[in-house]
Amino acid sequence: MSRKLLLNNVHVEGIHTYDVYRKNGGYAAVEKALKSMTPEEVVEEVKKSGLRGRGGAGFPTGMKWSFIAKPEGVPRHFLCNADESEPGTFKDRYLMEKIPHLLIEGMILSSFALGCEQSYIYIRGEYMYVLRILEKAIAEAYQNGWLGKNIKGSGFNLDLSVSPGAGAYICGEETAMIESLEGKRGNPRMKPPFPAIQGLWQRPTVVNNVETICAVVPIVNEGGEAYAGVGIGRSAGTKLISAGGNINKPGVYEIEMGITVEEFIYGDQYCGGIKNGKKLKACVPGGSSVPILPHYLVCKTAEGTDRLMSYESLAEGGFATGSMLGSGGFIVYDEDQCIVRNTWNFARFYHHESCGQCSPCREGTGWMEKVLHRLEYGHGKIEDIDLLWDIQRKIEGNTICPLGDAAAWPVAAAIRHFREEFEWHVKEPNACMTRNYGLVTEKIFEKVNA
Amino acid sequence: MSEQIQQIKVTIDDQTIMVDPGTSILSAARQIGGNVVPPAMCFYSSLKGSGGKCRTCLVEVSAGSEKDPRPMPKLVASCSTNVMDGMIVKNKTSDRVIDARKGVVELLLINHPLDCPVCDQAGECSLQDLAFEHGASHSRYEFERREFDQIDIGEYIKLHMTRCILCYRCVYIANQLTDNREHGVLKRGDASEIGTFIENSLDNDFIGNVIDVCPVGALTDKTFRFRSRVWYTKPMDASCSCGKCSGNAVVWMIGDEIARVTARKDKYGEVKEFICNDCRFNKKELSDWKIEGPRQIDRHSVISANHYEKAAPIHTPLLNKA
Amino acid sequence: MENQNIENIQFPKDLLDEVQRITSLFPEGKQKSALIRVLHIAQAHFGYLSAPVMDYVARLLLIQPIEVYEVATFYSMYDTQPVGKVKLEVCRTGPCMIEGAEKLVSYIENKLGIKDGETTEDGIFTLKTVECLGACGYAPMLQAGEKFHEHLTEEKVDVLIEQYRLNPVANYMGQE
Repeated sequence: MSRKLLLNNVHVEGIHTYDVYRKNGGYAAVEKALKSMTPEEVVEEVKKSGLRGRGGAGFPTGMKWSFIAKPEGVPRHFLCNADESEPGTFKDRYLMEKIPHLLIEGMILSSFALGCEQSYIYIRGEYMYVLRILEKAIAEAYQNGWLGKNIKGSGFNLDLSVSPGAGAYICGEETAMIESLEGKRGNPRMKPPFPAIQGLWQRPTVVNNVETICAVVPIVNEGGEAYAGVGIGRSAGTKLISAGGNINKPGVYEIEMGITVEEFIYGDQYCGGIKNGKKLKACVPGGSSVPILPHYLVCKTAEGTDRLMSYESLAEGGFATGSMLGSGGFIVYDEDQCIVRNTWNFARFYHHESCGQCSPCREGTGWMEKVLHRLEYGHGKIEDIDLLWDIQRKIEGNTICPLGDAAAWPVAAAIRHFREEFEWHVKEPNACMTRNYGLVTEKIFEKVNA
Repeated sequence: MSEQIQQIKVTIDDQTIMVDPGTSILSAARQIGGNVVPPAMCFYSSLKGSGGKCRTCLVEVSAGSEKDPRPMPKLVASCSTNVMDGMIVKNKTSDRVIDARKGVVELLLINHPLDCPVCDQAGECSLQDLAFEHGASHSRYEFERREFDQIDIGEYIKLHMTRCILCYRCVYIANQLTDNREHGVLKRGDASEIGTFIENSLDNDFIGNVIDVCPVGALTDKTFRFRSRVWYTKPMDASCSCGKCSGNAVVWMIGDEIARVTARKDKYGEVKEFICNDCRFNKKELSDWKIEGPRQIDRHSVISANHYEKAAPIHTPLLNKA
Repeated sequence: MENQNIENIQFPKDLLDEVQRITSLFPEGKQKSALIRVLHIAQAHFGYLSAPVMDYVARLLLIQPIEVYEVATFYSMYDTQPVGKVKLEVCRTGPCMIEGAEKLVSYIENKLGIKDGETTEDGIFTLKTVECLGACGYAPMLQAGEKFHEHLTEEKVDVLIEQYRLNPVANYMGQE
């Protein structure tokens, strides 16, 4: 049985309210930190915990915190990235909607650790109803003395509020989010300077994902070492996985990192297997931007070992035979799904979401969408496949922000693993409009000798 | 004078130079000059916030610094990456750079109308030069190109959005030179456009400078529109006494007539002294100006191809034998 | 809401107070940070973001009108053209697509007699396909106003369209 650190009380009636949250051990971590810890000690516990950013990049949180500049007399800001928009991902919404006080508690702890007195939760505009839930919870936290001036007599002051976006995936990129929070277009900034030096209003700023911030609560409660003991290797702790697609039980699951992918897909306490008794065709394990894996590389690595739900194992084999844990948006495809259509769908998404600031992404995402559309509808040419490969290659790594990579990777991976299905769309233009290709045949990968 | 800035060493395409700390790779390359200099479509030295967008100035950093000689994994925008002591940069000597730049040029051109034959910017267009140097002879793009209506933004300026590469320079200059910016970038992605949203005329005294900073033919001078190919005009340094600006400009002449007035640009096409609308649009008589002599055009125009001798008197026929 | 004359563009007292409250969440001089939320409020109140509405917001926040236009045209939730009282925003990305979002869109198009992006003649419904709304596990889905409608079937769509037809405004702002 997997341990739960964030969702252990999610099914307690009324846990979204302050009273019930408090009765179930809520705000104990803040109490502990304010009474018996220095901010540096909180940072130290987070470092020890091995917690890594849960928004997608997986960067060590403690290290990110240690980068924040502390110039004399300049306020610093701590921001929560609740702009969850990566297709396949809906875990942050679940956390905020069900246990808003957990996020608030994590915000207080993190702000205390970083010496920030004005913190914001930036939430995507479409989650306006969640914003209202959070605002209600924040008001409760103020009423009970967990926010405001001199919190519980500690001398620590914190103001916390929520600010919405208005429909822009790009605002999940931290510098675009900061621009948006300043009331501007969500154009990512050139880095350096990094937000830790010049962020919100040019002040030192740290941005973390909702789930990352929530994880600070059990870390402070139980200690960094205890947290590091959960999970596997450098994938410490638990991870929320948003499971969707053709599975029996879609939803948000908290897993201890290190369980096998097979258990996650087929286990009754998780996805419960493929819907309607179909076969697994492919899986996107970490949100739309990570490489798609064909069925034979989902549960096993190219080496034949069990693939685990962890940062390292999902990435094993690099992009040639692996993928990424990303944001934990786990999308499962059954044998009836069309990879070309899905790739076109994702390409349309990235085209729609490109901010348009830098040329490779602005022009390239639209071009890829058009070529994929042509292929999907049976008007493609065999050269289109290489053309697509070339366009994605010219976007990847050459843009201001990671959206370019995010747009390029799914296209590259689809061609890498499903080229024969793309070719079939060209060779059988009529058939591809009436039925799907089915499973791809397994490719043999040369074993890498140590 | 006792405190001297400790200069740092940077090597670009095997040429080494000492520069001040805080210098960008692009600026260091410009100090070396010649072939080492990466192209720049959006960066503009005097415009705060410019750069990083067009990605044509990408270079490879094969050694980050003396202290940490690891290469940078990705190509970096040379306009917005500062040099470190001992940094080694590859521009023209990097196949990766040449390949990436070719890719950027192809992407910049897929929606460009390629209407150079009827474009006023032809002959002094950064995109034209870039495409000549890095572009392919044919396009692999087989879809309809994006088009926008041409609009007048004010009495003197034509906005031909279809040609725009979204360098944002005109937005930054309006931020910097005028009090209340009235135009900006609207919409997003490949639907982005420069505009005022509601029909609006830009009539700030210095707004004409958007024409000079535009690297392509998206913003053009209506008083010069279709009057002449730029290479049939003769640029002369000229000055006037002006209460609003320095009055230092270039007048572009056809015979004895002043066809247009621009600010003076350096060899990277950058203006150091911006001029006012009055000088640019309204002073079209020879008597308005004191002609100082022929303008040396280094690089950013076909005029640089020595179509006339430097010391030629004002009234010589346009096409001298070289 | 139809009247977009500049003289009539004015928030009622309660919304002005709300703007005041939102602005006060940011440090002095950083009131532009309130822009995105104030535009949401303006759109809900005036129906859509016309130029006069945006100019009004610019005056409220002491910024240039172009700063508002730039933002309003960047974010996909804002409408700078009139829309119906109820926007049915159907997610069409990845997981929703494989759960039948495309069929759902066709069903709504046929039922309402409009295409994606259009508004019904009675001015009640606008149909809009949108990208991922973060409901991938509960697909297919649509958002109307602030409300998420998930696990949709044709029958469920019939019911909710009837509900919105009877009471478009109240439901538009409604919450679960």
